[in-house]
Amino acid sequence: MDVRRTVEAVWRMESANLVIALTRLVRDVGLAEDLAQETFASALQQWPAEGVPENPAAWLMTVGRRRAIDLIRREQARAEKYAQIAADLGSQTGGETGGQSNSDDMLSLIFVACHPVLSRESRAALTLRMVGGLSTDEIARAFLVPSATMGQRISRAKRTLSEARVPFEVPRPDELPKRLSAVLEVVYLIFNEGYSATSGEKWIRTDLAEEAMRLGRRLAGLLPKEPEVHGLVALMELQASRFRARTGPDGEPVLLADQDRSRWDRTLIAHGLAELRRAMALGRPLGPYSVQAAIAGCHARARTFAETDWEAVVALYDALAQLSPSPVVELNRAVAVLHADGPEPALQALDRIGADPRMVRYHLYGAVRGEVLQRLGRLAEAAQEYERAAELAPNQRERSLLMARAAAASARDGSGSTA
Amino acid sequence: MKVLVMIKGSGADEERFTPAKMAPEAVEAMFAAMASYNEKLANAGILLDGAGLLPSSAGAKVVFEGGTTSVVDGPFTEAKEIIGGYWIWQVNSLEEAVEWAKQCPTDPNGVRQVLEIRPYAEEEDFGEGYTPEIKEREARLAEQIRAQREKA
Repeated sequence: MDVRRTVEAVWRMESANLVIALTRLVRDVGLAEDLAQETFASALQQWPAEGVPENPAAWLMTVGRRRAIDLIRREQARAEKYAQIAADLGSQTGGETGGQSNSDDMLSLIFVACHPVLSRESRAALTLRMVGGLSTDEIARAFLVPSATMGQRISRAKRTLSEARVPFEVPRPDELPKRLSAVLEVVYLIFNEGYSATSGEKWIRTDLAEEAMRLGRRLAGLLPKEPEVHGLVALMELQASRFRARTGPDGEPVLLADQDRSRWDRTLIAHGLAELRRAMALGRPLGPYSVQAAIAGCHARARTFAETDWEAVVALYDALAQLSPSPVVELNRAVAVLHADGPEPALQALDRIGADPRMVRYHLYGAVRGEVLQRLGRLAEAAQEYERAAELAPNQRERSLLMARAAAASARDGSGSTA
Repeated sequence: MKVLVMIKGSGADEERFTPAKMAPEAVEAMFAAMASYNEKLANAGILLDGAGLLPSSAGAKVVFEGGTTSVVDGPFTEAKEIIGGYWIWQVNSLEEAVEWAKQCPTDPNGVRQVLEIRPYAEEEDFGEGYTPEIKEREARLAEQIRAQREKA
């Protein structure tokens, strides 16, 4: 075993517990995180030379606590806050050595990292750092920014938490829904950063999506009665199950219809569908993550593209359009309508959103409309639509794909009219 | 990365881990310890799947050797390591899987138990022998299976 990677692995497993324990001592999550990082640095220095301790979690906890207590004693003469903490320390008997935190502590840590006083980017960075145990370098690489920039972002975020005196606690029941949706948003942001990336190092990207799924599953364990948590886990797992199938040998994107379904990850699908069932079994109205997961579930269950239950997909998009109306949802719904009811109703659905400014500049709108027109035999119009879409395409790959379709439609149009 | 973790014991010790042959208190303790371990894995977000297997007396082996095929019925008492169950974990590294494996509950009597950790192979791990031609062939096969299913 590689010792450095062992230290990192133990760190990923234990850092959140350590930050929690140290927060209890120093009563400032940012400071606790600094102390935890120092502890990690000691481990990186000592373990390779002296060997990994028998109980690494207890080692980290002991060293971390010692550092915190040293700091408190040093500062108690200067600052009133530390004088009080030092006084409390004296009255405590012994110290806990176990690495286990209770679930409220872990939730508090997650809610603090995703607190609304922070920007979205900072929430994601701080969550990866404090809950996931990732290093500044890893987070910087994941978000494609220089390490120094990410380091500053994290320090600033910790300072913001401290200055705003954000309490280390689980939000009250009346605040919980809003705060929870902020947490889920962060987790999904991290996932998408990994999932939808077209650039960057492949391994860190996959890692990031896996980290998001882990965070989601941890959250599902902590809040088992919240359907949207299970819904989000299901959504991420079902999307990630297609990771391997969605790019071709030369890295080109492979559309859902053309994917080799034997390359989908069956383990993730099984786990994702189980999470979706859990979300539904709670018997509450489904939220947007659960509905999107249910749509992904329709695809995951279909053995072939043609076997997809398109009626169910249309119905789920109807539900999603009600929960979070957007022309992008309508566009996806139109695709489902095309397969469920044919091109005529699909064209009507597309034309209803055609004037929306977000669709006018969106290449996928043209791509879908071109396909629908082609199905209707309106080939000249289809070719025009594809050409317009090609002009809007964000990269060369998609542009040439759309140009090829335009050419194919024109050619068929020509051969059709001369026949 | 995904890893398969197999929990193994010696064929000679198998009966000592067979619930039907154990004292009820021992069975209860074993299941309780395993349940809290599984809970820990699930709460850490790494557990994707897992199951326990019946003793090898309920199983069989198909052995290919020297051009012949034979079937051997269980139990495999002579086997050094017999799989009693498995998990599928999603972890960041082999080292992390090792750290989680170390936390697995052990037998109170110190009977030998082995957790074998094996990462899943990805396409790029198959090396040069996994040629574009083979890939193409597998893709065609998948296509064929799909077509047959569609007809059915």
